[in-house]
Amino acid sequence: MAQVSSMSDGQSSTMKSITLKISRFNPEHDESSQFMEFNVNYEKWTTVLEAILDVKKHFDHSVAVRYSCRQATCGSCGMIINGKPRLACFTKISELDSNVVTVEPMNNFPVIRDLAVKFERLFDTHQKIKPYLIRDDTELESDQKEFLQTPEEVEQYIQFANCIKCGLCNSACPTMATDSSFVGPQALAQAYRYVADSRDKGKDSRLKVIDDSHGIWRCHFAGSCSQVCPKGVDPAMGIQLLRGYMLGFRD
Amino acid sequence: MRESTIMKVHYGTALAAVALVAVHILMRLTMGYSESLEYENVLANYKFVPYAIMLELILILLSVHGFNGLRVILLELKQGKMYEKAVSYGCLAGMIGLIAYGSRTIIMTNMGMV
Ligand code: HEM
Ligand code: SF4
Ligand code: FES
Repeated sequence: MAQVSSMSDGQSSTMKSITLKISRFNPEHDESSQFMEFNVNYEKWTTVLEAILDVKKHFDHSVAVRYSCRQATCGSCGMIINGKPRLACFTKISELDSNVVTVEPMNNFPVIRDLAVKFERLFDTHQKIKPYLIRDDTELESDQKEFLQTPEEVEQYIQFANCIKCGLCNSACPTMATDSSFVGPQALAQAYRYVADSRDKGKDSRLKVIDDSHGIWRCHFAGSCSQVCPKGVDPAMGIQLLRGYMLGFRD
Repeated sequence: MRESTIMKVHYGTALAAVALVAVHILMRLTMGYSESLEYENVLANYKFVPYAIMLELILILLSVHGFNGLRVILLELKQGKMYEKAVSYGCLAGMIGLIAYGSRTIIMTNMGMV
C-alpha cells in the first residue's frame, strides 16, 4: 500500500518539504496498519493538520481524520505525531525539526479508521465522575444573585477547567494501556476540578466513584499525562491533590 | 473493603517496614553477615523474644504489602469479573499462607521445638 506522492506545481521557492507518513488502517478489512508516504510542502506556519488536509485534497481523500476548530479548542484532532501524543492543529511542522513526520492514531483508543479513534470510553469515564456542580439549592430563585467566588477560590480549580477532552493524557497513560477499566487521567483531573470548586457540594459522591479498584489508586505517578496536555491542565497534579482528600490531608 | 482503606494499609505497611527493617539491619550489623547466618546465632535470634516479635511484625507487614502489591499488578494486567475475584482471594490466601508458615517457623524455634 506504501506510496510516494508529491506536489510541486505553483509553489513558492521558499517552501520546504517533508515526508508525511500516515498510518492507514481499516479494521473492517485490514489485518494491521500500514504507513502511506506523501511528500508535502510546508511553510513556517503550516500545522500537521493542514498537511494532512493537503494530502486529502490533492492525493488521497480517503484518509480518515477528525478535526473541527483548527485552534486547539474542540479537542478533536489528537494523534501520535513523531511518537508523541499531540494536537495536529496545534503542532507546526517546523517545530518538529524533522524531515519525516509520522502520524498515527492515539494509543489506548480503539481505531475507527486511519487517524480517527473512538471516544466512547473517555466520554463514559468523564460522565461517571459527575462533571457538573452538585448542590441542593438552585440559582433559579428570582431575587438571588449568582454564586460569587473570590479570585482565590477560582484559582483552586480554574487550570483544570481548561480541559478540552482531547484524550491526549489518556493516550499517554501507561495504566490505560493495560487496565481496560481504569478511569484515566482525564476524568480524574475533572473530578478534582469539581471537588475543588467552592460552589460544589458533591465531593462525597464523586470521591466514592473514584475510590474503586480501577479508580484513582491505579495511578502510579508516571506523569506522562501532564507532559502531553496541550492546555497546561496538569492532570497528574490534579490526581495527587485529589488523593490528598482521600488520605485525609485536605477536606 | 474500600480501595482507599486498602491503599492506606499499603502505604502504612511500607513506612512501618522501612523503620523496622532499619532496626533489623542495625541488629545484624552487630556481627559479620556470615556469622549472623550460623546455626546457633539464628536460633539465638529467634529465642530473644523482643527481636522475634519484631521479625514477626516485619513478616506480617511485608506479606500484606507484597501480596497487595501483587494484587494491584494483576488487576492492572487483565480484567474480568471472575479473574478479579480469583486475584483478590488468591492474594489474600497467599498472604495468610505466608504469614502462617513464617509464624510457624518463628514460634517453633522460639519455643525450642527444633
Ligand atoms: C520497605 C520498603 C518499601 C517501601 C517504602 C515500599 C513502598 C511502596 C509504594 C509507595 C508502593 C505503591 C506504588 C504505586 O502505587 O505506584 C509500593 C508498591 C508495591 N510494593 Fe512496595 N515498598 C517497600 C517494600 C516492598 C517489598 C519488600 C515488597 C515485596 C515483598 C514490595 C512489593 C510491592 C509491590 C508488588 C507493589 C505493587 C507495584 C506497584 O504498585 O508499583 N514492596 N511499594
Ligand atoms: S487534561 Fe489535557 S490532555 Fe487530558 S483531555 Fe484534558 S486537555 Fe486533553
Ligand atoms: S481541530 Fe479542534 S483541537 Fe485540533
